[in-house]
Amino acid sequence: MVNLANPTTFVELTRRVLPWLVAATAVLFVSGLWLSFAAPPDYQQGETVKIMYLHVPAAWMATFVYAVMTAAALGTLVWRHPLADAAQKAAAPLGAGFTFICLVTGSLWGKPMWGTYWVWDARLTSVLVLFILYLGLIALWRAIDDPGRAAKAAAILTLVGAVDLPIIKFSVDWWNTLHQPASVFRLDGPTIAPELLMPLLVMSLAFTCLFLTLHLMAIRNEILRRRIARVTMLAAVEGDRLAPEFATRGA
Amino acid sequence: MMGDPHIGFIVAAYAVAVATIGAMIGWVVLDFRNLSAELARATRALDGARGGAKGNLRLD
Repeated sequence: MVNLANPTTFVELTRRVLPWLVAATAVLFVSGLWLSFAAPPDYQQGETVKIMYLHVPAAWMATFVYAVMTAAALGTLVWRHPLADAAQKAAAPLGAGFTFICLVTGSLWGKPMWGTYWVWDARLTSVLVLFILYLGLIALWRAIDDPGRAAKAAAILTLVGAVDLPIIKFSVDWWNTLHQPASVFRLDGPTIAPELLMPLLVMSLAFTCLFLTLHLMAIRNEILRRRIARVTMLAAVEGDRLAPEFATRGA
Repeated sequence: MMGDPHIGFIVAAYAVAVATIGAMIGWVVLDFRNLSAELARATRALDGARGGAKGNLRLD
């Protein structure tokens, strides 16, 4: 963890780990999709259950990415880890992407099963709030020029927004919702048939690996962005330092 | 599966997921390429500024 605080060490680690992560992601996606399409149809939903293999992993990633950002926000504000704000900034567009997939696939699943694309029930609304939080955080980083101030403001907003995570998780228990209750992570075990559960777990692993891969790449991009800023500033300082010399000699 | 009455919803869901994941991958990869090129340009500019300083001093 201490070594990873050094951006050069982190970039070197990324260079070594990325090929393995890319390969694992590809293998998991191919296996997951093959298992998903080979899985039997649901006795009630028929083949429409295939949407579950995208919707549920995307929903899990939507909340997981925000949990990662919350940990990174603590890293920025409490432990002042040098890469925590880069990790947080890099994760936001990915979280927004997963949440978008969750919302759209859920809507496309809802129409044939519930008869509507959207209802303002607690689960759907709290996930929409999460999507808006992601967009707000991305906008906040772009709105503030000073990277240090932007990181602090984003970290505070992320921590405030973290209250949405338990609301999303328990919304189906606390309120009467059209959305079904949890069927995998339950104290009394999953209620979903093993033939449908296995492809779901493999697809979830694939989505997790995809996030890890893209997150590492995006953090590396943030490190590059900082290097560019530093080198550009150094070049400007060198130029300023030379300018009086040129002026004197020119005169 | 192709005979399912809701096949359009399934295809649309997978199409949206593929497009979104493709956009996420494209964003990260293109960003890396652009930043690498920009870093190379900035480094050349810095080297140029430092090289210019040495050259100028030698002329004097």
